[in-house]
Amino acid sequence: MAGRIRIRAQKQGEYTEVKALMRHPMETGMRKDAAGEPIPAHFITEVAGKHGEKVVMSAQWGAAVSQNPFLGFRFKGGESGDEVSVSYIDNKGETGSGSTKIR
Amino acid sequence: MNQTETFGPIGRRQFLRAGAAFAALAIAPIKLLASMVRPEGAFQATTVEATLAELGMQPVESSDIVLETPNIAENGAVVPVTVTSSIPNTSRIFVMVEKNPNPLAAIFDIPEGTEASVQTRVKVAQTCLLYGLVEADGKLYMTTRETKVTLGGCGG
Amino acid sequence: MTTRKVLIAALAVVVPIASAVADGGVFDEYREMMGDDNPAIFVIEEGEEFWLQELGPKQVSLETCDLGLGPGVVAGAYAQLPRYFADTDQVMDLESRLVHCMVELQGRDPEDVHAKPYSLRGDMGTEIEALAAWIADQSSGVPIAPGQDQPQERAMYDLGEQLFYYRAGPHDFSCATCHGQDGARIRLQALGNLAKHEDAASAYASWPAYRISEGVVRTMGWRMRDCFRQQRLPELIMGSEASVALQMYLAVNAAGAPMSAPGLKR
Repeated sequence: MAGRIRIRAQKQGEYTEVKALMRHPMETGMRKDAAGEPIPAHFITEVAGKHGEKVVMSAQWGAAVSQNPFLGFRFKGGESGDEVSVSYIDNKGETGSGSTKIR
Repeated sequence: MNQTETFGPIGRRQFLRAGAAFAALAIAPIKLLASMVRPEGAFQATTVEATLAELGMQPVESSDIVLETPNIAENGAVVPVTVTSSIPNTSRIFVMVEKNPNPLAAIFDIPEGTEASVQTRVKVAQTCLLYGLVEADGKLYMTTRETKVTLGGCGG
Repeated sequence: MTTRKVLIAALAVVVPIASAVADGGVFDEYREMMGDDNPAIFVIEEGEEFWLQELGPKQVSLETCDLGLGPGVVAGAYAQLPRYFADTDQVMDLESRLVHCMVELQGRDPEDVHAKPYSLRGDMGTEIEALAAWIADQSSGVPIAPGQDQPQERAMYDLGEQLFYYRAGPHDFSCATCHGQDGARIRLQALGNLAKHEDAASAYASWPAYRISEGVVRTMGWRMRDCFRQQRLPELIMGSEASVALQMYLAVNAAGAPMSAPGLKR
């Protein structure tokens, strides 16, 4: 069920505002489960946002980013209908991605 | 640590292959973008000072950074943070949480054409300072703001 | 017409939702910054997938499950629960009805369904939580209108009211100890007066809700169970008569207000 990203991309004047929500547990590795067993660290390490093929945002994260992470940013040059995508990779090598069209 | 293995244009199959390669080798970190080099030492550091030492830069206070966080967070598990820089040539934005086990929470690369403003949500273990740091022309700038973390209602 | 029915009829016309809360707005800034980006959106999607998934020994989906508005009708169904179901001769909430459908349609063992209805720490959600999120979302904006025409439904309300004020456990607590007065708080958190329409409406309409502190969607049934835990009472069983009765009490008190679930909570 992991791997999903919901994206909204909206034109605001010369900028396109992107808001992305990612489905991810972002476990720090410091918590214990109901049985008292440690829950292994599992968190997104890298995020990339693209407008078409152009990288408009990249980020490196630690486990302190909240569960089901949110990322918001604005870039210049998008037009209504253009594709915006966001992808991630986590410390286990699992990936997620999502895309939308600029409104 | 600096050995990188890159996987080109993002596709699910390539990622799966990347995952398999990772499992097999467990050496080379997998990259979304070839340009990303993860400062693992900075992410592992346990104090703000040690994090800055790992990054190899000492920040100066700047009023050209706006750090928006709530004064009081209803829940430390999710604290909204916005960092906006009006410093010319801002290339990177860092978010640090003073009293977290590892203060460095996130690094954002700001390419040309992207506004030097990012929004995210971070875990804040206890009431402490949040740091918004900005790298521009090889120099590091910072601003701080305290966020109070409250206990929830019925204990959970 | 009973007094209560007159009250419900009146409330169906006016639908105020409490905006002023007893915490004095101390969290307004935080809530505004959180915005409307509710991760429950993922859970809603997962709930719809569970609904359509062929599961159990019979390998069928829940698509013909009758939530009260006829087989397979999901839109608006949550807002009319709990209600009396003739096929089981019981007043049921969403959770007990879902278990019924899983057993009857899919041939599943009710014990399996009850084994872990709600997420534990480290989980991303359960089938019941996901289904509840999706089904409640399908009632978004629909006025809360639990069944009160049948005598069994009215009896369930009366039982819920009784339970709400029933003091028990090592602390001699009732639900009303915390939720029976205006303007009360625990720490900085407002405690609604759930005996009153306004507070009951803002509470009931927003469950199921994404619970930020736990990273999962919690159901109204879970909310009741966790209140029992806070009162140090025995574990409230999902879909049990006591759980349904308390939900019926809140739903009737909230009647007329539009559903706005899944909510986003601390």
